[in-house]
Amino acid sequence: MQHQAGNISKTGRSATIPIRFNLNGQKVEIAVDPTERLLDTLRYRLNLPGTKEGCGEGECGACSVIIDGLPANSCLVPTFQVRNRIVRTIESIPASSLQPMLETGATQCGACTPGVVVTANWIKENSGVLASHSMRALMAGNLCRCTGYDGIIDGLEKWLGRDGGRS
Amino acid sequence: MQRLEGLSKLSGVERYLDDEPLEGPLKGCLWGMTVRSPASRGKIRSVSYDPAFDWSQFVVVEPCDIPGPNETYLIENDQPVLAPGYVRHMHEPVALIAHPDRALLRRAVASVKVEIEPDPPVLDFRVAPRPDQIQRGNDNIIKKLQIKKGDVHAAFARAHRIIEGEYETGGQEHVYIENNAMSAWIEDGPNGDVVVVRGSMQCPYYVLNALKHALKRDESRVRVIQAPTGGGFGGKEDYPSTIALHCALLALKARRPVKIIYDRSEDMAATPKRHPSLVRHKTAVDKNGKLLAQYIEVILDGGAYVTLSPVVLSRGIIHAAGPYSCDNVLIEGKAVLTNSVPYGAFRGFGAPQTIFACERHMDRIAHALGLDPLEVRRINLIKDGQTTSTQQTISDGTDRHALLDAALRASEYDRHKRESAAFNASHPYLRRGIGLSTVLHGAGFTGNGEVYLNSKVDVGATPDGKIEVLAASTEMGQGTNTAFTKIAADAAGFVPSDVVIGTPDTFRVPNSGPTVASRTVMVVGKLIERAIDDLASQLGQNGKPLRGPVLKAAITQWHAANPGKELKGRATYAPPPNVKFDDKNYVGDAYATFAWGVCIAHVEVDLRTASVRLLDFTSMQDIGKVINPVLAKGQVQGGVVQAIGWALSEDIKFKDGGMLNNTLTNYIIPTSDDVPPIRVVFHETPYRFGGGGAKGVGELPMDGPAPAILNAVANATCAQAMSIPLTPERLLPLLPA
Ligand code: FES
Ligand code: FES
Repeated sequence: MQHQAGNISKTGRSATIPIRFNLNGQKVEIAVDPTERLLDTLRYRLNLPGTKEGCGEGECGACSVIIDGLPANSCLVPTFQVRNRIVRTIESIPASSLQPMLETGATQCGACTPGVVVTANWIKENSGVLASHSMRALMAGNLCRCTGYDGIIDGLEKWLGRDGGRS
Repeated sequence: MQRLEGLSKLSGVERYLDDEPLEGPLKGCLWGMTVRSPASRGKIRSVSYDPAFDWSQFVVVEPCDIPGPNETYLIENDQPVLAPGYVRHMHEPVALIAHPDRALLRRAVASVKVEIEPDPPVLDFRVAPRPDQIQRGNDNIIKKLQIKKGDVHAAFARAHRIIEGEYETGGQEHVYIENNAMSAWIEDGPNGDVVVVRGSMQCPYYVLNALKHALKRDESRVRVIQAPTGGGFGGKEDYPSTIALHCALLALKARRPVKIIYDRSEDMAATPKRHPSLVRHKTAVDKNGKLLAQYIEVILDGGAYVTLSPVVLSRGIIHAAGPYSCDNVLIEGKAVLTNSVPYGAFRGFGAPQTIFACERHMDRIAHALGLDPLEVRRINLIKDGQTTSTQQTISDGTDRHALLDAALRASEYDRHKRESAAFNASHPYLRRGIGLSTVLHGAGFTGNGEVYLNSKVDVGATPDGKIEVLAASTEMGQGTNTAFTKIAADAAGFVPSDVVIGTPDTFRVPNSGPTVASRTVMVVGKLIERAIDDLASQLGQNGKPLRGPVLKAAITQWHAANPGKELKGRATYAPPPNVKFDDKNYVGDAYATFAWGVCIAHVEVDLRTASVRLLDFTSMQDIGKVINPVLAKGQVQGGVVQAIGWALSEDIKFKDGGMLNNTLTNYIIPTSDDVPPIRVVFHETPYRFGGGGAKGVGELPMDGPAPAILNAVANATCAQAMSIPLTPERLLPLLPA
């Protein structure tokens, strides 16, 4: 697909460079300002506003995406850096798979939630990491001010089919 | 029942204001930003616009563009919409600018120079102001309140012991993950143009009142719509009125739609926070620890304008004596003006501050008398038939002693205590300890507040036989829509899918009061039940209400017989019988009812680093009836973790009255790895006048954790900390050498 530059760039500079990358399984060609954040490219140019901005400085994880199989904060990544890489966003995760997270109360206001789900889904797909890291440590990059985290951790347990017997 | 909008939030489909395409009413939208004061007090000498920008391309709003009074409508209307020649706090709004290009706008705003001729600011609320710092009355006091019961002085004279303590709490930033966001546009209406404001907010009618006042319009020409709101915690109670006004003023001047989205640093620096507090206790006790007299002095930092401080102070002093019975109580409270950003609503609204002091003090009483903190609570906990500090007789049937015992069991208090002692005896530098707090929280508005609010709810009956709840109460994550659906479905005898929640839009929903004060499910939920009764009675015979399928059939029949007409049930607040409060003297029923709780914290302190780690936390609560177990538990866990942050790490640093650490990099809130699982246990004593039997749950979880944690730290290390946040820097000097 081909995308026109929108009118809401945060940087507002005109010099752009063309790049290609794979976004949620589809090829994307786009010309970007070298300083534009991936977060803004996704939200304002590619119409994928599921990725949220919470802090804009790599602390909250609301903007979490997966780049070449690893979680990243898209507010810290200049878009040109994803040239020829594979980017996955919350939009790639089917709602139908999220029932376990719903049942445990993994979302309240929802502002942190897409980022939480992206990280949780990554843990689910790479559950080997749980051999060496606790789930709470792995989720520590996603700040949530509503749930107190238990709903998220329990939801992930359930999603992994481990339905942990914790009260 | 599962959270209604849960799957759309989980899958990233929910659209918050910043996520919306600039189409429909937002077509051709400009971005708006605020020019702010660089100083905390002084006369504005000049506002200069850098000639490098072509300002004809920008829309600029200054105080002269405000059609009505330059006031933000709230309790005293002393806060200007834009500083009228004089600033009273750092980051105070001075002018507004809009432009279609967001990046260019940022640069333009950064280039505007505001020059201030400084006057001496008040930056420490604990110190009496000098004459040149007086800015209100002759003492800078925003509000003074007093509660008096019995004769404190006589009781002090015959006391076994008198125990004194001074406790301090810091400010707290809300850190809702969705920053403030507002949009405004102009529509045609029958009485002329209509200013429409849509955005992230808790209280649409507060915003409406503010717009009516400063834009000089009646409510047929102002419309407020809530957008999906990504958290509030009190932080989106009053401040959205300011942003809504800013957005509307720009839209009116530009005659184009305008959007204002704060980024995190602006949101943290410029919007209200929890009131810092200083509370002094002087308590007379007998040798068993029975409270004979409590003298409590509460001082709150109000910030630069009155905003909500009188009400926060009121709630603070009403909760200051804790859930105890004492015959002689004197509580004196004041909120003082300083030149910091005005402090505002935050979950608990003054109660966490005073309960922190009270519960820390109860432990210090125990310590001074050589008693177990548990015993001191046992003999003082209020029993049915006894009275609170405002002389309200408690008779709700809750057994607070049973609640305490159940909490001890659930938390395995005795085992943790035993094991901690053994652990401490053998470990070189880690110390474990356990602490508790017993708390109460009044649900709904204080005193006659609910009567003055006179809240209303409508329920519409749709042609397809559904019920639409029309209330101004907002969903901001706490589960309003889901709880309302359950309450309405139960009341009508419908399945949840036959209930629709109408969007809070002041053109469509009546004023059901603000979404604050743990009142939504209890007060507004009850109104929904009564509005459904009204609807069901209109359709029934001889006023006998219909329910279930019969009601559904009657609705569709009515619509078939009255095509195009509206069918609605209505309810207006009626106070429960025998609830009386004397607002002037603070005597009587301060709340229609209270919710009760017990917190138990088990901590580990590292003597080398002075860091505190929670090992275990139990929150036991009697909230009437639990409407939705998953959502209620989530509310408690979220509140507890927010309180843990307030207690241990959230430390606002100021420089010249401005927040220095206004980013999430150096304002530290808890992560999943900083907190243990929070054990939540509910105790249910249904409350007859609450929706579905519920009492409020929103705020109570915030009250107990901080003192329980500090009590546990004292138990572990003997460090008697008196102020929060208890950061390592504050704890280290208190630790035994
Ligand atoms: S917005 Fe990227 S980490 Fe917070
Ligand atoms: S659900 Fe609100 S911040 Fe996580």
